Amino acid sequence: MTTEVGSEPEVKKEPEKSSEEAQAEQQQQLAEQPAEPSESEPSAAAEPQPTPTDSTKPDNTDQQENAEAEPSSPPPSSGQKKEKGISRFLPPWLKRQKSHSQVEPKESSSPTDTPNQTLTEKQEEEEKEEEEAEAAEEQVGKAPEEAEKRQEEAGPKEEGEAVSPVVEQPAETKEVKAEVKEEVKAEEVQAENNSVGSVETQPAKEEKEGTSAEKKGEKGGEEVQESSVLSPLKLGKKMKIVVCHVTLLDGTQFPCEVEKRAKGQYLFFKVCEHLNLLEKDYFGLSFKDNADQRCWLDPTKEIKRQIRNSQWQFAFNVKFYPPDPSQLTEDITRYLLCLQLRQDVSSGRLPCSFVTHALLGSYTLQAELGDYDPEEQRLDSIADFQFAPSQTKELEEKVVELHKSHRGMTPAQADVQFLENAKKLSMYGVDLHHAKDSEGVDIMLGVCANGLLIYKDRLRINRFAWPKILKISYKRSNFYIKIRPGEAEQFESTVGFKLPNHRAAKRVWKVCVEHHTFFRLTNPEQPTKSKFLTLGSKFRYSGRTQAQTRQASTLIDRPAPYFERTSSKRISRSLDGAPVISVSDHGHMLDSARTPGSGENGHDPALELSSDSKSPQVEEEAEPGKGAVAGAVPAELPFETGTDGADSSETKSKLRVQGENIYVRHSNLMLESAEDKLNSEINGQPEVIEVVEETVVIEEVVKAAKPKSSAPEVSVTVASSATEEVPEVKEEEEKSASSDSESEEEAEFHPQSPSDSAHHIQEEPEEEQEQSQKAPPTNAEPQQDAEPETTDKVEAVVNQQKEEDEKTPGEETVVAPEDAPNGHHVQDGEEALTSLGAVAEEEEELEPCVVNGDASHAETERVPQVICCSEPPVVKTEMVTISDTFAAQKTEIATKEVPIVHTETKTITYEAAQLDGTGDGEPGVLMTAQTITSESLCTTTTTHITKTLKGGLSETRIEKRIVITGDSDIDHDQALAQAIKEAKEQHPDMSVTRVVVHKETELAEDDD
Amino acid sequence: MANVCPYGRFTHAIVRGIPESFGQRADGGESVSVDVAKAQRQFGVLTGALRQKVGLQLIEIPADPELPESWRIEDIAVIQGDTALITRPFKQQRRAEADAVRRVMNELNLTVVEMGVEEGGSGGATLEGSDVLFTGREFFVGISKHTNHRGAEVLADTFRDFAVSTVPVCGGCRLKNICSMGGPETIVFSNSEGAKKTQRMMEQLTDHHYDVLSVSEDVASNCVYVRGPAKVDYLLHPTADECPNSITAFQKLPDYTLLPTACSEASKLGGALSSFCLLINRKPNYS
Repeated sequence: MTTEVGSEPEVKKEPEKSSEEAQAEQQQQLAEQPAEPSESEPSAAAEPQPTPTDSTKPDNTDQQENAEAEPSSPPPSSGQKKEKGISRFLPPWLKRQKSHSQVEPKESSSPTDTPNQTLTEKQEEEEKEEEEAEAAEEQVGKAPEEAEKRQEEAGPKEEGEAVSPVVEQPAETKEVKAEVKEEVKAEEVQAENNSVGSVETQPAKEEKEGTSAEKKGEKGGEEVQESSVLSPLKLGKKMKIVVCHVTLLDGTQFPCEVEKRAKGQYLFFKVCEHLNLLEKDYFGLSFKDNADQRCWLDPTKEIKRQIRNSQWQFAFNVKFYPPDPSQLTEDITRYLLCLQLRQDVSSGRLPCSFVTHALLGSYTLQAELGDYDPEEQRLDSIADFQFAPSQTKELEEKVVELHKSHRGMTPAQADVQFLENAKKLSMYGVDLHHAKDSEGVDIMLGVCANGLLIYKDRLRINRFAWPKILKISYKRSNFYIKIRPGEAEQFESTVGFKLPNHRAAKRVWKVCVEHHTFFRLTNPEQPTKSKFLTLGSKFRYSGRTQAQTRQASTLIDRPAPYFERTSSKRISRSLDGAPVISVSDHGHMLDSARTPGSGENGHDPALELSSDSKSPQVEEEAEPGKGAVAGAVPAELPFETGTDGADSSETKSKLRVQGENIYVRHSNLMLESAEDKLNSEINGQPEVIEVVEETVVIEEVVKAAKPKSSAPEVSVTVASSATEEVPEVKEEEEKSASSDSESEEEAEFHPQSPSDSAHHIQEEPEEEQEQSQKAPPTNAEPQQDAEPETTDKVEAVVNQQKEEDEKTPGEETVVAPEDAPNGHHVQDGEEALTSLGAVAEEEEELEPCVVNGDASHAETERVPQVICCSEPPVVKTEMVTISDTFAAQKTEIATKEVPIVHTETKTITYEAAQLDGTGDGEPGVLMTAQTITSESLCTTTTTHITKTLKGGLSETRIEKRIVITGDSDIDHDQALAQAIKEAKEQHPDMSVTRVVVHKETELAEDDD
Repeated sequence: MANVCPYGRFTHAIVRGIPESFGQRADGGESVSVDVAKAQRQFGVLTGALRQKVGLQLIEIPADPELPESWRIEDIAVIQGDTALITRPFKQQRRAEADAVRRVMNELNLTVVEMGVEEGGSGGATLEGSDVLFTGREFFVGISKHTNHRGAEVLADTFRDFAVSTVPVCGGCRLKNICSMGGPETIVFSNSEGAKKTQRMMEQLTDHHYDVLSVSEDVASNCVYVRGPAKVDYLLHPTADECPNSITAFQKLPDYTLLPTACSEASKLGGALSSFCLLINRKPNYS
């Protein structure tokens, strides 16, 4: 980064940059094009190397390998090295997109219209941004021809280009630089907008394609580039295959090979394919987490990230129990539902009376054994069946007696009867979760099709139908629902429940959101117009709703598939037949996309696609954990770098962060488009519930909670950097940042009347959580070191965003979604008005009903925008990203949470969006630098002041490092707040852009 | 689930005669002045209606003077399908009433579940049938001074197929004093303040839809609905003397055969029409 920094500034200032860029582009082209240097330019345009087919060509692979192998490997010309450096600057995303663009056409061809539309819309949005960027590029690059060539080439060779990203990677070792460059470009763009005109259009289209391609790629895994690009070509080399074991409902195991980065969706589709199941929306894959709790595999996220350290062992289960199974279209679906219910009944999960046990058992026998045959069926053989948790002889006799009465009933009819009886059971389809009420009394939360049920022991003591629920949220280990006021009541009330831990709270929250969406809505909720969808995608149910799946089912037109009913008493039998499927995720995706009929997608393509289209979005979001704020930035390149050249773990971590950011941004865009599209549909929806997600640092803690650090003292390090920047930009930053912050902390989903629903839905990304989740693995080791860098990058990204926003007014919405969301919040009244306020408000709301003494969050309001918390490897790691405006209000929140969490060590970074990239990566010219150290009673303050001249702007950065040491008696939060306050007071004309809190706390107890 | 049919399909009714000690409190509390003879006459009218008009098989357990409140047989058992839960009344002295009832249940081949067998009486569980409203689809248990949560839990544990919801009883002493079934999907509610509160709670707790027949007197809210073998809807309700303002409400019920039945003497003791009988369906598939 350092070396390049110098170059960057130059670029900005000097017109020459254009030439440099051009060179860079050339290089890029070279790189992108699979063709080796020799081939590259001449053939490039025409070069059809890659045929559209999936099968990769050896050449490509080789090239890729070469490129990868020799990151430093030389661009053909002597000047190359420099060019390389320059090339880095080129916006990675541009490159990438182009590469993807090739792939794109396939998607567009994809069967369903709707998804395409959505995609296109999204693409368009992205396009705009990208257009500008590209335009800039081209203009800058004095050889537009080449650029065009590139693009053109891209079109024809679908896969060949896919490879290209890889090639690029080496060039882009340093993310920061790349970002910076982007900024530069943006500026240029502004200047050159006029000229751009014609050029823009072309690139835009391509870019669209590219975006879609990206989406696809992302499906495959976080590091889309790898998977998408490489998967077909180099299975062996880059893709790691993992064998998943899926326990099917009949007890058999289904081994399935998946690429290590595959998403849940892929595996699920594979299983459904294996089962020949079309009505699959009622089902899902579950796994046991470390705490042995059953979790649903999110189809839109990488499997690996979800299961973490657990085994690749899954179970295929019914996720949404259809209230009326007779409305299922296919017998095979009912059969699978029966199998699930038999499990539920025999395990006691679905309690029923003796008589019902007997009746259900008798239908089971009829379905599996046919008519009663006194010869074959003796009681002792019946005993092999498990009809009830505790099975008596009496029950078996009763079963047999009833079985006799079912003579003549076909298996399918017996299944129908089974379901007709099972569905009436009061606990049918009720997903129970242990909790405590506000008074600490043990209760159970039951999530079902109609709403939320509250049980104490076996007694139903309350019930909240979906229409009654205005908002669902969770914070830490508390789960809240806001209730619509009744006729007699004037105010809505909030009911809080205490879950065993944060993860449990999140689990309930998720299940609620999913059930509400599935059963209550006609369409999945699209995150509102707010551009924040990030959260929405993650937390929202992304599949079809029951209404949709029913509709889709009506389109099923196939002869009833033959399926073999496995006798439930011989569960262990067939491991043999299970086919092992080995297809790269990516390839699979592509296939499905290309050929409408292929795979699971085969039926009801439109719906299928739509769901698919969503998924990619989700994925993007998923990854972004931190990025929420910065999210907009297309920093994906860093990833590549990391993979290739970057040896140091630090770089990787950095890269990752950026990548996440990028993803986020895309996701936002995509979501938006999706929303817009869907909005029309939304009107039909009965209501929208507000889903509030609260990101809590705690989550991770739960996992990691083992090591108790002995350190009694807490040291808080606050590094705040104030940057003087252009006021306008700041404002924008603020907006974006603030919005982001909200999103991170809470996701809200306000149920509204159909028409309103869209507006009211406030989604806030849980990126924090995700980050936290992700963070543990990634950050674990290098955290401390990595962190600062990460933050820097984030900042840079933010800056870029702003710039872009400025340049492209239309896109601002996308980038800084906060506007819309805020408005929604306001409507709700409770929800935050301004992004800043939002969090605080929410907390306030919740607090009244807060169950057990939670730390008060009120103080939270004073900190900066982006909060990235990463914890040291040893301890539990939490990643929280909160962006808020300059006001440093939220710091305290995070801090306060700590005690609850019993976290040992914690690093939190609050970042405000900034105009300019911060940190080392910036291309400015260093004017002065000084360091001042002062000590007070319990704090040590180190101030580092840097002045840089950057693109005509002088920027003063002040970094303060404050170490607060003391035992637990000291109010660290206060000290921190004080420190921040002081910093702000000392430099009133500056803004706090980043606060990194590294906190080492004594572990009192482990909650989880 | 098994043995589920719309509410009201009964084949048998179990009643217990009015003892001479009628009016005394089982726990020796202050007795209320009642006309025992009148009570017995009213009881006769009721049983006659059940047997001859509605067409139920009537099983009458002889009165036991030692058990002054034994006529409230509804309290002693909760029956659904072929399962009978022998309850644990709040008053210690009333628990002896279960013996005779248990015997009859066994004779009817019902599966008898005991509530009081656990040591300490199911951990102090108390439950009286007059606090239990079974709608055919679910149970509501009124938490009153006679019935506690533990009792409701035992009930829930006994009838696992059904949702068992607890509701506070604000208006009357017992849940059945403020509401009762008036049809397969109809609940008769008093429109007193307390009853409305309970009603709202029930509406919130239920997954099903019920029609509500609102009556202006508490006493009118306790009726006995039976759908007879001839598919006729019978409703036994208090007479116009007892609830002059509610009669018109009953008359709104379409195609019902209304059977005004006096129970003024029982009312003085907090009883009602439903207190006198346990209704049973011994033909599960009968419809």
